[in-house]
Amino acid sequence: MNIAGLILSNLHRNRLPEMTRRRSLSSVPFGGRYRLIDFPLSNMVNAGITNIGIATDFNYKSLLDHIGTGKDWDLARRSGGIRILPPYFSGADHIHYQQSYSTRLTAMMATLDFVRRCPEDYIVLCDGNVICNMDLTALVEQHVAKEADITFVAKKMDVTAGMLNEDDILIESDENGRLTSYARALPHEVGEKNVMINVIVMRTTFMRNMLENAAAHGATSFGDDILRPNLKRWKVYVSYFEGWCAHIDSMESYFNRSMELLDPEVRADLFGREDRPILTKVRNSAPTKYAPGAKVSDSLVADGCVIEGTVENCVLFRGVRIGKGTVVRNCVLMQDTYTGSNVTLQGVIADKNVTIRDGRLLAGHETLPFYIDKGASV
Amino acid sequence: MHQKKECVAMLLAGGQGSRLYALTKKTAKPAVRFGGKYRIIDFPLSNCINSGLDTVGVLTQYQPLVLNEYIGNGLPWDLDRNVGGVKILPPYQGQNGADWYKGTANAIYQNMEFIEQYNADYVLILSGDHIYHMDYAKMLAYHKETGADCTIAVLEVPLEEASRFGIMSAHEDGTIYKFTEKPKNPDSTKASMGIYIFNKKKLFEYLVADAADPDSANDFGKNIIPTMLAAGEKMMAYPFEGYWKDVGTIRSLWEANMDLLGDTPVLNVSDENWRIYSRHHAEQPQFVGNTAIIDNSSITEGCEIHGTVKNCVLGSGVKVMYGAYVKDSVIMGDTVIGEGATVNYTILDEGVDIGAGCKIGAPQESATDITVIGMGVKVPSGTVIPDGQMISEL
Repeated sequence: MNIAGLILSNLHRNRLPEMTRRRSLSSVPFGGRYRLIDFPLSNMVNAGITNIGIATDFNYKSLLDHIGTGKDWDLARRSGGIRILPPYFSGADHIHYQQSYSTRLTAMMATLDFVRRCPEDYIVLCDGNVICNMDLTALVEQHVAKEADITFVAKKMDVTAGMLNEDDILIESDENGRLTSYARALPHEVGEKNVMINVIVMRTTFMRNMLENAAAHGATSFGDDILRPNLKRWKVYVSYFEGWCAHIDSMESYFNRSMELLDPEVRADLFGREDRPILTKVRNSAPTKYAPGAKVSDSLVADGCVIEGTVENCVLFRGVRIGKGTVVRNCVLMQDTYTGSNVTLQGVIADKNVTIRDGRLLAGHETLPFYIDKGASV
Repeated sequence: MHQKKECVAMLLAGGQGSRLYALTKKTAKPAVRFGGKYRIIDFPLSNCINSGLDTVGVLTQYQPLVLNEYIGNGLPWDLDRNVGGVKILPPYQGQNGADWYKGTANAIYQNMEFIEQYNADYVLILSGDHIYHMDYAKMLAYHKETGADCTIAVLEVPLEEASRFGIMSAHEDGTIYKFTEKPKNPDSTKASMGIYIFNKKKLFEYLVADAADPDSANDFGKNIIPTMLAAGEKMMAYPFEGYWKDVGTIRSLWEANMDLLGDTPVLNVSDENWRIYSRHHAEQPQFVGNTAIIDNSSITEGCEIHGTVKNCVLGSGVKVMYGAYVKDSVIMGDTVIGEGATVNYTILDEGVDIGAGCKIGAPQESATDITVIGMGVKVPSGTVIPDGQMISEL
């Protein structure tokens, strides 16, 4: 199959301001050893996609560090591979590139050069904060079979109060799967809804024409200015995704989605697929050491940790150190978190390189986890 | 024309490792797994790059498939270079016919051209069956400082163990005057670590002469070193201090793995300033369930623990199921230990499956010896394998 990939890496960063102060949304660490971009990137690589553009706006240093040459995803290629698409100003296009992409359309427009030069016939577009293990080959096959102009992916969800925000799109389709409604979610909406999960397929030529038209007409909103006026004319279809899927769009969702990984069914769905592994940057850490007296249960633990205390219901990233007499419950501790002895942590998210000295007690709640900023010392 | 390299490392990785029995049936000894996520060869290779040596020839012969695949382009050790890097050097066919590597010296003799390509002044000879951290740059500096023709790294060993090693007798200034292979009555406790630095010109002279001698075993320890010593060449002993272990036997391999455990392990693989690199793939973090008991163990990504694990080293992808009990064991990787199974004082090679309720080995206190199960063996549920057994097929 002849497909290229595009990842909008920083589109929803405003939803997670604390963690994206010094990094792009898609380089937020997740699941013990991954960053959010690993999921869309792995899905693409597993579908045989080797030409991938990553649209960035700012704060992309950690993203570049993580991606490197793309070797860890087998994307260090002579032709194709990974292309980082940072913002730039172009006189010839008469498009004023904003410093940050406030809408999906402005972010997509910044990829126009990539789309124009793209030799592949189809493009899969994916937001950088979508966590799932999806068969993109099957998705594009469906798109081709329906001769669609656009295919959106949606998931039927039982929506509870506060789960959705104004970035979420609710969609409806007819019995043939053709899109009939595309609308912004309202925060109070509850019940069974089809929520768009921000994976979109288009023909390359279609996408190019669409973006050039949008530029010519000064359009800024994908839904209002582009899609809705053409809904009858274009063949827009919806594909429903059955697997586990998460959007990271708040501290609460970050915390709860991380905890869902402790469920074996979720892990099997996300990581347990033999032919579709989730790839990430491989580092050299020693195996994790459980010292005499360590007690660990229901936890996901990356390599390079040293555990001397008690750990329950936690996600520990690489190089986390749990001191003697320390008790850690319901926490997400990112890379190189250091806890001294007799520390108690509950409902805490510690960003990278946090130091928590002897005897400290910190607690948060699943609806409002206690977040400790990168590099902080308690 | 290649860029000049001052020193080229030659890593002897062709050994069969016959004393590791079931573990080296399908792999060369340097490719045997160690410490959860390493293979033995990671230690000399990491030492090379950490010492600033970026040109390494790896001489392979016995069962090279796993080793070739593992080393690949050398990227994990940062030895993927435009000039130099790591190169696999198998035996080859020349105009005068094809030859296997007849001995360690013959292997280097057949690859003199490789060393010549880089116009090297010095040649470092390493072997692929030792676990240690060593800065070869310091040894090279010592070699140059003393103006030696050959420098041999030596380790102080207890007198009672000295008869297991090649023993160097040296004057106070380090000049070697006598070398005895496995002496019955050792007069020195300086054991050769099998690490040599030679001046290239001198080395080549002796290799050529050795190759012409039909009675020679073409071995560094048996032939080259004694001949050079007899000819009065300047040979120096370079004293090494620190952890070093020859993992050529089942027992020493097991012991070296256990050296990673404890409150302050004697072997530290997480030294930020002396990293040990290895090739591995991205596996999900390890999961520890709510029935798991883990004590004094080293566990690698991709593992899933529901049972009891005590004093163990577990490689990646090991599943210890509910009610299973694993103690004093080395589980190399991709293994399922079924429900209710017990594994005591055992080494399980890659891809071994232990069925539910199996009893493997006996507790260390009462066992006659370590139990070993070779690569890919599937042990059916309920099987009892007594202590000290060596199983490569069932």
